[in-house]
Amino acid sequence: MTAVEQPPAQKWVGQGLRRKEDPRMITGKGRYVDDVVVPGMLYMAVVRSPEAHARIVSIDASGAKEFPGVHGVFSGEELDVAAPLPMAWVPPGVEVKTPEHWPLARGEVKYVGQGVAVVVGEDKYAVVDAAEQVLVEYEPLPVVVDPEKALAEGSALVHEDFGTNKTHEWSISGGDLEAAWAEADVIVERRIVNHRTAGAPIEPRVCIADYRGGSLTLHLTSQNPHLIRLFMAGELEMTEDSIRVIAPDVGGGFGVKIAHYAEELIAAWVSRKVGRAVKWTETRSEHMSSTIHGRDQIDYVKVGAKRDGTITGLDCRAIADLGAYYTLLTPFIPAFTGFVISGCYKIPALNFTATGVFTNKMSTDATRGAGRPEATHLIEVMIEQLAAELEMDPLELRRKNFIPKEDFPAEVAIGIVYDSGDYHGSLDKLLENLDVEAFRREQAELRNHPTHPVYRGLGFSTWMEICGLAPSRAVGPAGVGLQAGFYESSIVRVHASGSATVYSGTAPHGQGLDTSFAQIVADRLGITPDQVDVLHGDTGTGPFGLGTYGSRSLAVGGESIARSVAKVADKAKRIAAHQLEAAPEDIELTGGKFAVKGSPEKGLTIAEIAGAAYVSMDMPEGMEPGLEETTFYDPENFVFPFGAHACIVDVDVETGKVDIVRYVCVDDCGPAINPKLIDGQIHGGIVHAIGQALYERIHYDDDGQLVTGTFVDYALPSAADVPSFETDRTETPSPVNSLGVKGVGEAGTIAASPAILNAVIDAVRPLGVSFLNMPLSPQHVWSQIQLAAGRDVPADPGKQGGSWGEHGSGSAGSGPTSPSEGGGL
Amino acid sequence: MTTPVRVSMTVNGEQQTAEVEPRLLLVHFLRDHLGLTGTHVGCDTSNCGACTLHLDGDAVKSCTVLAVQADGSEVTTIEGIGTEADLHPVQEAFWEHHGLQCGYCTPGMIMAGVDLIAKNPDPSEKEVREALAGNLCRCTGYHNIVKAVLSAAKEGAHA
Repeated sequence: MTAVEQPPAQKWVGQGLRRKEDPRMITGKGRYVDDVVVPGMLYMAVVRSPEAHARIVSIDASGAKEFPGVHGVFSGEELDVAAPLPMAWVPPGVEVKTPEHWPLARGEVKYVGQGVAVVVGEDKYAVVDAAEQVLVEYEPLPVVVDPEKALAEGSALVHEDFGTNKTHEWSISGGDLEAAWAEADVIVERRIVNHRTAGAPIEPRVCIADYRGGSLTLHLTSQNPHLIRLFMAGELEMTEDSIRVIAPDVGGGFGVKIAHYAEELIAAWVSRKVGRAVKWTETRSEHMSSTIHGRDQIDYVKVGAKRDGTITGLDCRAIADLGAYYTLLTPFIPAFTGFVISGCYKIPALNFTATGVFTNKMSTDATRGAGRPEATHLIEVMIEQLAAELEMDPLELRRKNFIPKEDFPAEVAIGIVYDSGDYHGSLDKLLENLDVEAFRREQAELRNHPTHPVYRGLGFSTWMEICGLAPSRAVGPAGVGLQAGFYESSIVRVHASGSATVYSGTAPHGQGLDTSFAQIVADRLGITPDQVDVLHGDTGTGPFGLGTYGSRSLAVGGESIARSVAKVADKAKRIAAHQLEAAPEDIELTGGKFAVKGSPEKGLTIAEIAGAAYVSMDMPEGMEPGLEETTFYDPENFVFPFGAHACIVDVDVETGKVDIVRYVCVDDCGPAINPKLIDGQIHGGIVHAIGQALYERIHYDDDGQLVTGTFVDYALPSAADVPSFETDRTETPSPVNSLGVKGVGEAGTIAASPAILNAVIDAVRPLGVSFLNMPLSPQHVWSQIQLAAGRDVPADPGKQGGSWGEHGSGSAGSGPTSPSEGGGL
Repeated sequence: MTTPVRVSMTVNGEQQTAEVEPRLLLVHFLRDHLGLTGTHVGCDTSNCGACTLHLDGDAVKSCTVLAVQADGSEVTTIEGIGTEADLHPVQEAFWEHHGLQCGYCTPGMIMAGVDLIAKNPDPSEKEVREALAGNLCRCTGYHNIVKAVLSAAKEGAHA
């Protein structure tokens, strides 16, 4: 290990240590799945549907099979797996229409990019050539891409058998909404579009399946290796012990690497069939068409308030475009919007109803935030819309309705209990870092400039979320109906010479958890984080775990480790007490030694204690040798991070282009384990939301063709498109776990989009624009300014369907706006 | 498959010669033939820059360069600028300032940063952001990458 950290002046926890993960990654020595070579491995290419909905008339693979080096071509009918791909939500009392989702199409294709056949061969270029020689005859069928049109009478059907495109309806509610509307002086209603986006990690999906001697080893870009193994055991009719899934360094996930995808199952099946290892590396175009998308929710929102700003009720009817098939959690994701439909506010009456819809598109599923960015967006946009309607300061409106600090733990009207919070405190701190009065003066001066007026705007988002997935009783089969528990496993193993190996059932892929987990363990054993090795992402190294997503790895996985190391420390104390002839309760860890209270000089280091436990056996009578403990920790509740964000934008009213001038935020995820990593998560999360707000959109045209199939068309923000960020924190401990921590991986993304949107509306409100939807492309902003001025706007260029005012879901305006040029070299 | 052609280039100071398909991409030559897997592929369309390396002293995207185009050239990859025991100042700065999370864009980002500093030893924040606009990162939000490059430049990384 190259990192030689100095002994701490205080505890390791709380320090912004540089990461243990980095030395290999900055030198090009990371080990990602595509870097792995298995001797003799073949390559696989997937033949994908160019049609959004069609019957497969015939597949002629004869040309492909003649290609030199090709070992096989397989279609859906030949791929005789024992079970279709899983979807894990069975909500009690709600029927979810669930189509069978086979890894390759059987009989019909239902979205562009759906796999129809695979080719395996010896050369990775040649298999692509061969795949182009697989001739598939399609008979086109009617296509539906707009979820609202899909719900209309007489729509084309994605799955004829169901007789409808409506998948299910799910609600969560509390209080009396009729009374809320009666009591309200003002009611505001909006249609808020949260358009379809891509998670788009820079590393695409990759797998290598190696079946030999009755066992399968699968290297996979996964956030979720243990669940993948469990599913594959069923699909391949193998026992779980004979499958090992390894997620080595994973190049980002953002939710899209949670699901169980067709390709890893196909590669495994083919490996067993042809007797060779099989590697598949996704192209970016395949990623855009055939890896899950996120969001795609149209929210009809109604909020009522009294004249003094007291909110009486909020109702949201969400239409969720789920695509043609389900991946692991597809229909469940909108429910996450429902769980936080009260936001930071005390609202006596609430309802959230999600209606799922099939369309001829790729599945939606969890991407960073998964349902909660949609919630924050709709709530925080509505707050500022309501404030405008009431002619009230939006911050005053928020303060009036915030759940007060003294109410925590606070149960909101839908029955969810928030663990801890200080929403007023968070906003107060934000305003210490941002002078709103000074901004308003500057804004007026800029607008009133006689020759070069600048339209600058300020928007806020006071956000909260629900994470730390999850208390099994709440979300499992007996709760909301996910078919799993959401505990997390850990092992802390102290070696005979005193260093430690930690195993976690989580599957980090960029979060820096090797470092934060090591900090937690080091403090509790009196060693340095360098002496703690952290293992994860390999089903061969430890017990079943649930993976990394839902901002759970520290609040659940970290707490599991804290509990394992506490058990280790407890045993260490008993060994120390035995040797020091004291009572175990009189032993404390001080200055790196387990010593009798008041006599720190005579203590034992963990290395000396481990030596006793493994080698010299100088232990209490009857004690088991060794120094290692395991924990399966199932949390009692979720955790509820929160914060306050402010965004300042300039809008070029001649072109509609939005520039972010300043971004200031205060976030609270409980006590910091490593503040450097928290800031990093917040920065990245905000930019993910900036991408959605300004640039990114997955766009299908009316024929179901994917228009944004590469990074040329799907515009991720670059360094030139975003500012640096002014971050700050408050620390409100969670009572749910001993570390007091809450999640932070999704926070920035959950928080930021409404702050940006509200800022843009604030900027252009003097021009008569009082509401906008995302993405805030120049075309969209400009056209809304024109329309507000009573001017016509030209028809949308290109065959993209819909009007300027519409977004996402196949009824969008023009294609995405490119941020600064990406292909600079 | 077309007739293989002979390519010869210097990679990280070592002479390399091979028979390759004319259509072989430089990035695949490095990764698959030489085992230099630090250079990554992220997008196939030269938008993301994960494959950035130095070709005769300039940063280029090796997913859109053929191996045969690099014949006779000097190639430097992430493996050629520093080691764990002797990090390049830009590598050191990425570590110090938390300029990476998943690490996948990092080699390309570092190579673009090194190229910038070589050509503009004292860049402004705006110049750094513009110089890195051809390298996409989905994790960091760029804040700490920009900080790392600025810090490395201040420390005299061009020297």
